Amino acid sequence: MAVEVRIPTILRPYTGGAKTVEGTGDTLTALIDDLESRHPGLRDRLVENGTLRRFVNVYVNDEDVRFLGAEKTALSDGDSVTVLPAVAGGASTR
Amino acid sequence: MRYDSLLDSLGRTPLVGLPKLSPSPEVRLWAKLEDRNPTGSVKDRPALRMIEAAEADGRLTPGATLLEPTSGNTGIALAMAAKLKGYRMVCVMPENTSEERRQLLRMWGAEIIPSPAAGGSNEAVRVAKELARANPDWVMLYQYGNPGNALAHYETTGPELLEDLPEITHFVAGLGTTGTLMGVGRYLREKLPDVQIVAAEPRYGELVYGLRNLDEGFVPELYDESVLTSRFSVGPHDAVQRTRELLEHEGIFAGISTGAVLHAALGIARKAVQGGRRADIAFIVADGGWKYLSTGAYEGTVDEAEDRLDGQLWA
Repeated sequence: MAVEVRIPTILRPYTGGAKTVEGTGDTLTALIDDLESRHPGLRDRLVENGTLRRFVNVYVNDEDVRFLGAEKTALSDGDSVTVLPAVAGGASTR
Repeated sequence: MRYDSLLDSLGRTPLVGLPKLSPSPEVRLWAKLEDRNPTGSVKDRPALRMIEAAEADGRLTPGATLLEPTSGNTGIALAMAAKLKGYRMVCVMPENTSEERRQLLRMWGAEIIPSPAAGGSNEAVRVAKELARANPDWVMLYQYGNPGNALAHYETTGPELLEDLPEITHFVAGLGTTGTLMGVGRYLREKLPDVQIVAAEPRYGELVYGLRNLDEGFVPELYDESVLTSRFSVGPHDAVQRTRELLEHEGIFAGISTGAVLHAALGIARKAVQGGRRADIAFIVADGGWKYLSTGAYEGTVDEAEDRLDGQLWA
């Protein structure tokens, strides 16, 4: 099952400059582990001690995963995942 | 319907069903047409509520100067009320907002102080706060932190929605000052503990955010995350696409931020269908499309519109 992941400019050095990459996994954690296998270093920029970093926002089909299941959010084939630095409207000062 | 004055005609806006865009008879979408307010946007509600509270507590006296950071609609609403009530109005507005908004503000007599495009509304807030410190006799109602903003929706928008749609399961609105979501959200939750409150936040390109640091995100003082049950981030492509679908299928000519809100509402609707649950999803049409025609969002392909919107504040 494939998921499309949109990567922000600031993290594109890890994806060889690619704006979008494909990955697999039935949870966000599994997806990030899968991405790490091809784009080493990416995982550390997204998670810290197993939880999403404070200044990173992740959306599944445009919905903020912090209101879903955070790292455990379930993914399905064809989902679209967007990674953004947390600036827009001041998200994630939690 | 008859009113003593334009200001008295505020609110009691129509809630209309969307028979074509609703996925099924069990999962229905409803649009609250806030463009049917005195200056054509949802912001008339908080603007008037904040002015009247400041008059009541003596902060606002005849001949006073109002100052407000605004990307448009709140400024326009305040400028109209200020003109009728005899106040001077100064708006701090990002320089990358549409020309129509500037013209409307000037027409209602407001003075505009531009703030740098990079940083968007957050930068306008910073500039306005500096001006307020430099001019202690000016009155900054400050929509991002004024409880009257959320209260306007707690006292009017929320009750109107519940009266028109007692079976409401979801409420969706744009996330800017957060006043609409906080006010309507708190009211509805008191009456319907299981109601879902969904925020749709505009996602801008890096031309708008590029110059900013990761950790300087501005959170409006009104924002209380516990009121929300979900938060969507919607980019310009989806916002334009949905704005056009709303016109194409339901005949509603709305501003671009409404497209972002509809995108979130349709995301909620899809999940309700997948989960086999009934849903009555009400969302806010914050304004009509008139003020955004010059942005190019309504012409050509969606991709072309998206390119033209790059670097503009469309919500």
